[in-house]
Amino acid sequence: MSVAFCGLRLAHPIVNGSGTFDAIAARRAFGDALVEHFPFAAFVSKTITLEPRQGNPPPRLYETPAGLINSIGLPNKGLRGYLDSDLPELARLPVPLITNVMGSTAEELCTLVEALDDRDEVDALELNVSCPNVRTGLDIGADPVELAAVLREVRPRTGKPLIVKLTPNTADVGAAAQAAQDAGADAVSLINTLRAYAPHPERAGVPWLGNATGGLSGPAIRAVALAQVREVAGRVAIPVVGMGGVQTGVHAARMLEVGATLVAVGTESFRDPAAGTRISRELDDLFAKSGDNIG
Amino acid sequence: MTDEPRTLGPFGRRTVAITQRRELGAYVVLAVADTEGPLPRAGQFYMLAAAQRWGGGSDERPFLPRAFSVLRAREAGAGVRLEFMLEAVGPGTERLCELAQGDRLHITGPLGVGFDRPGDGRRALLCGGGVGTAPLAIWQDELLARGAPAPALLGFRDAAHAPGAELLHNARVATDDGSHGHHGLVTDLLAEELDADANAVVYACGPPPMLEAVRALCEARGVACRLALESGMACGFGACFGCVVPLREGGYLRLCVDGPVLDGARLAEVPAH
Repeated sequence: MSVAFCGLRLAHPIVNGSGTFDAIAARRAFGDALVEHFPFAAFVSKTITLEPRQGNPPPRLYETPAGLINSIGLPNKGLRGYLDSDLPELARLPVPLITNVMGSTAEELCTLVEALDDRDEVDALELNVSCPNVRTGLDIGADPVELAAVLREVRPRTGKPLIVKLTPNTADVGAAAQAAQDAGADAVSLINTLRAYAPHPERAGVPWLGNATGGLSGPAIRAVALAQVREVAGRVAIPVVGMGGVQTGVHAARMLEVGATLVAVGTESFRDPAAGTRISRELDDLFAKSGDNIG
Repeated sequence: MTDEPRTLGPFGRRTVAITQRRELGAYVVLAVADTEGPLPRAGQFYMLAAAQRWGGGSDERPFLPRAFSVLRAREAGAGVRLEFMLEAVGPGTERLCELAQGDRLHITGPLGVGFDRPGDGRRALLCGGGVGTAPLAIWQDELLARGAPAPALLGFRDAAHAPGAELLHNARVATDDGSHGHHGLVTDLLAEELDADANAVVYACGPPPMLEAVRALCEARGVACRLALESGMACGFGACFGCVVPLREGGYLRLCVDGPVLDGARLAEVPAH
């Protein structure tokens, strides 16, 4: 069941959420079998920033009822490290590559986008805008005006498809999606994790996570994700990548039903590294049974 | 590093049957028949989750699979018999401990890097605490099979846990409450052993305070040590970046893909989590 997405032709609608699958580490763990049985129809990189980041101090994880709070802090080798060491390895994957970037100013994002625009290995870009603008203090993606202002600067720097990864931690996700579309985004993806707090199990008033708060993912957020994807898909004409708590083909079908073009799998890959393959197969079986094309 | 002790597992999670469940004091040992995976190296681990009712326990958990070092492994029939050592301490281990023969388990693995051999004519000295006994059992099997001596020192909370020592050959035991063996810490026994012969590589696994004591003791005496660490881990294959450990030289490494066995010299201290 191939899917057209921003000029790309994908073998099926299942991709990974940014930062939930490290194809390079997975190849160390599973060898060439990973490449031969790659679980996603496109690979979305973890977030790349201009400078290298070590990430947040541990503990970084907290299991919740039907979910996970993570506070990883976007560890990455920085733009230079990504271009020099990660990109050549990721280019060997048998699927299109979407590189996710984050900057705390429009200038930083422009630098990142221009550098990646030069590289043929990159098929599309995804902007992580769940980050405060260091100049204004506003979460870029939480404020439609701020988001549009940043995008109007970034958009002209690349001819590659530009996906905006929306934050769910905002009053009006539909308005943010609308702003992204108006400022030239080719697609939007959502939802990112929901801001969440994990109390220390033994020490009252003390946070468990090294960075105090984190982001909630997993089946615990599926119903929220469906509501936001449905709202956004009703609001914009550009394609929507839906994600949040998808664990089965039925869950993926629900995302497609509320208007997603692609479905991203994140936390479920932690439980089953090949979850993407299983979910796309289950989705195929559903289509075969129902005989109609929900997508 | 082509000679690192890392056997690659099949990609993805597979479902295996539990062929035996036995209790050893406070511990449960589960044996499974793995028909698809290879023989693991000592010190490697697997992610485990019950195939049924994984969730809905205390606090509506567990949700994520849990990481366990392999206790023993051998070829059996058409596949590999794997054993895991468990203690019910939270919603994940509680569910795993209630599984019975014939129940099914999701496993991913083997994962990570295991123990390397001592080399340079040094002897191996195994030092474990609690469920940290597990990787030392498979490692002692391998060392003994090669004709190398592999004395073991094990620490447990009390006499109810001390039967865990039966998993190794001729282990000297310490208990925190003195109800079995030496009254005190396993590192007391380790200090004695190193007093007698410090030309050794110490292989250790156990709770963080014990591992830190082993690391500090080895560092003070200039003895090499290999520590099998544990950490909260969501995935086991480098995806979640949750299981990081700070290095002496700065920065972090992921225990799941760069460990769980680390050269103690790489750590300024064993983290408490």
